Amino acid sequence: MDKPILDVRNLSIDYPISIGTVEAVRDVSFTLEKGEALGLVGESGCGKSTLGLAFLQLLRAPGRIIDGQILYHGNDIVTMKNDALMKMRGRNIAMVFQNPLTSLDPLYSIEDQFYETMKQHEPKITKAEAAEKAGKVLEDLSIDKKRLYEYPHQLSGGMRQRIMIGLGLILNPDLLIADEPTTSLDVIVEAGFIDLLAKLRREYNLSIILISHNLGLVAEMVDRIAVMYGGKIMELGTAEDIFGKPLHPYTEGLIGCVPNIKLDQKSLVSMPGSPPDLVNPPKGCRFSPRCPKCMDICREKEPELKTKEKGRQVSCWLYNK
Amino acid sequence: MNKTEKKNTPVVEARFSPASLLRKIIGSVSKAHKTYGLEWWIMIAGIVIVLFMLYMAFFPQTIAPFSALDQDTGPQLSAPDKTHIFGTDNLKRDVFSRVVFGSRTILGVAFSAALLSSIIGIPLGLFSGYFGGALDRILSLIMDSIYSFPGLILAIAFAAMLGPGVINITLAVSVIYIPTYFRLVRGQVLTLKEELYVEAAHSIGAPNIIILIKYIFPNVIATVVVVFSLNIADAIMTEAALSYIGLGLPAGIPDWGMDIAIGKSFLPSGVWWMITFPGLAIILLALGFTMLGEGLAEILNPRLLEK
Amino acid sequence: MKGLLRYAITRILLTIPMIFILLTVVFLVLRVMPGDPVSAMLGAHAPERVIEEKKEELGLNKPIIIQYFEYLGQLARFDLGESMVLKQKVTDPIKEKLPATIELTLWGMFFTLAIGVPLGAYAANKRRTGRDFGIRLYGNVAYCIPVYWMGLMMQLVFGVWLKWLPIAGRTSPRIMSSLFSNTGFYLIDTLLAGNLRAFGDVAVHLLLPSLTLGIVLSGVFVRLTRANMLDVLKSDFILAARARGVSEKLVVYKHGLKNAFIPILTMLGLQFAILLAGAVLTETTFSWPGMGRLLMERIYLRDYPTVQGVIVVFAIMVSVISLLVDLLYAAVDPRVKY
Repeated sequence: MDKPILDVRNLSIDYPISIGTVEAVRDVSFTLEKGEALGLVGESGCGKSTLGLAFLQLLRAPGRIIDGQILYHGNDIVTMKNDALMKMRGRNIAMVFQNPLTSLDPLYSIEDQFYETMKQHEPKITKAEAAEKAGKVLEDLSIDKKRLYEYPHQLSGGMRQRIMIGLGLILNPDLLIADEPTTSLDVIVEAGFIDLLAKLRREYNLSIILISHNLGLVAEMVDRIAVMYGGKIMELGTAEDIFGKPLHPYTEGLIGCVPNIKLDQKSLVSMPGSPPDLVNPPKGCRFSPRCPKCMDICREKEPELKTKEKGRQVSCWLYNK
Repeated sequence: MNKTEKKNTPVVEARFSPASLLRKIIGSVSKAHKTYGLEWWIMIAGIVIVLFMLYMAFFPQTIAPFSALDQDTGPQLSAPDKTHIFGTDNLKRDVFSRVVFGSRTILGVAFSAALLSSIIGIPLGLFSGYFGGALDRILSLIMDSIYSFPGLILAIAFAAMLGPGVINITLAVSVIYIPTYFRLVRGQVLTLKEELYVEAAHSIGAPNIIILIKYIFPNVIATVVVVFSLNIADAIMTEAALSYIGLGLPAGIPDWGMDIAIGKSFLPSGVWWMITFPGLAIILLALGFTMLGEGLAEILNPRLLEK
Repeated sequence: MKGLLRYAITRILLTIPMIFILLTVVFLVLRVMPGDPVSAMLGAHAPERVIEEKKEELGLNKPIIIQYFEYLGQLARFDLGESMVLKQKVTDPIKEKLPATIELTLWGMFFTLAIGVPLGAYAANKRRTGRDFGIRLYGNVAYCIPVYWMGLMMQLVFGVWLKWLPIAGRTSPRIMSSLFSNTGFYLIDTLLAGNLRAFGDVAVHLLLPSLTLGIVLSGVFVRLTRANMLDVLKSDFILAARARGVSEKLVVYKHGLKNAFIPILTMLGLQFAILLAGAVLTETTFSWPGMGRLLMERIYLRDYPTVQGVIVVFAIMVSVISLLVDLLYAAVDPRVKY
């Protein structure tokens, strides 16, 4: 087996603020193989977006990585110098954000933003070459080449999101991080988007990390899923395993929250309680205050993420005795 | 029906009455520096400057070694030394004492002018915004016209017509700031008019005047307090400018702007102290009120100054 | 282009009520206040009969309301009338003084932006550092400096102590005034005449007054630029550009500053009124023969038509600038179409 494209080891991220320190991400470890798609799911505030930004060292101040490694093809991003980071962003790892409507600079044409991105990484490129390349990518995304000369406000939300992906793919990266890419799109555009991403994944041989709270979307797209809660990974496994036989009570709860027409549910199940305060996280397991299967030990000691069976990890005392 | 009113009243008052405003300010002293950081300290610095200047204005004789008009305090045009820390002017008066006594004039004029503009501008804005219609359109047009024109030039025209005098200069300064209050208050009234509790008051048949005084005006106060403080800073600059170009006050009243104008003729011979110190005093005073206003804005309504 | 033209015309038409209102206010104030041009001219002790005759001649005996409508009628024919004190048209001194004020104001604006915007942008980029704090302090203090005081301090340092720069007037006395008959803008006139020495002389005279205006007014723009930059730097497209590997310099100054510049433009229109007021004070301080000094002189002489004329011209200048700002807006922001 090849070396993994991304190997995250014991990553912890803090946000020091005036009233204390937010422990946004704690001791997260996972690997991503070449061509694989991994979903990061969890409620908002669970640290999944912070994690996404950390892969590019783009944490907003005052956030910082306090511990751990992010090995991309064996090179640690955490200790990378600014110059190296700049070269890596866009060229090796691309990122697509959740709000396509505000992710393009309104004052520059689409062409200009493509040209700028390419010029940054290939200083010798001419405007015409850039336009030709960008045009091809746009056609891959089924957008008319002429749109290149328009401004963001002239394009629809779905189109802008595809252009954001185009900007991400123009430099042929091998890893795409998509942070809630469909949140602001309507359902039909979202369906098209999923097909598109699947197609691009094959054609460009992309590895993908999909960050989302939308379990349905993740289920359709990824091979493996990491369920996050309170800044930690609770459970990690293949998509079938996670949906078919969830181990962690939190995963069970999450799946229970997805409305399902076929099951003829009488009412929509919702999980009691609210996400934990990450400045003063609960003692023991972070999910213990909301856990229906909570035991004494859960309130005392934090469980570790342990391999349960092949390719299946869970962080819960129910399985860790 | 009464229930609606009772339910609404305390909510509004708890947030916006003058007493609660004061409580908010005092309450913020204990924890605000944590929440607001630098802005809070800027406001404290502003308060210290303003208090110091107020003390100077009310009790000048406790600070100044001479009287402002005393014409034989030492040599003529002498540079700052131990007896005359700011030097003396062409009439052998002590510059330091004149700066101390001059605070009275400028604070008095600026404060009264700001008060006068607000007394005229706020009710006009309230009524204009609340009742709307043709009167509102005409008033707005007039106010916008004055507002967009360079205020100082208008004040110069008025002050020159009125002639020198404390009351005249106050009038000239106050005229140009009426639109500031009018526009501010009118704009807020237009949004407040649509608030649920105002509609509720309407529905129970409260008369317009009651709604204006009880439900709308209290909500405008926080903004007005901030703008009032900033306005005093502006009025200070305008008063000083008017008296600098000789349109302000009759001779005999110590005044910073006028002292700078007198000092101007001795500048070519290197007499720097007659100009420098009154000017620094103007900057300090205006800065004090600006810092106070901005600190208040941050604490009372952080969005206010963004526009 | 058609839409643009229509927009410009509408905007110009909209300034008419503004000028009309200002004029009415000034007209009434001028007439209601004590003092009139005849007594200002002849002195308080002139014989009653002479004063009456003079008033008759100038039309000052008519009821105010008639005078008012006569003046408006005149104005509608684009005629500012004749001075009541000197034998000249109102437009004569204005034609002579206006270029001086425009020259001063434009250069003042140039320095304002050249100092304020880069400092503000730099502070935003270095926020919460010592340099940021220093620049913010400068912004707040500069805003509170009286412009004439700043001018006097500049005169003291550069004129009296260092003797580097002249402290009064538009030129040295030796420079021939015949050079300046073309446009009245001395910098342009001397260049047209190809007289580089005179050009240098004019430039040196212009430096202190316009720099004074620039320093004082830059305070507002430091604060404004900083605040807007901080907002813009938080936006999604900045993060997205960074994520594509766009260099920090381009992110901050190409994307950040250009986006932050839009609200700054709006402010520029509003600040122009303050700039004009500052120019009046600067003119007094630097013996600059412009509109401000003209206004002051004629107010003392109670020369009603000239005072009104000057006010009209100031109002037109304010409107023209706000129109220009709107046009610039459309040039910077592709979302704006007229």
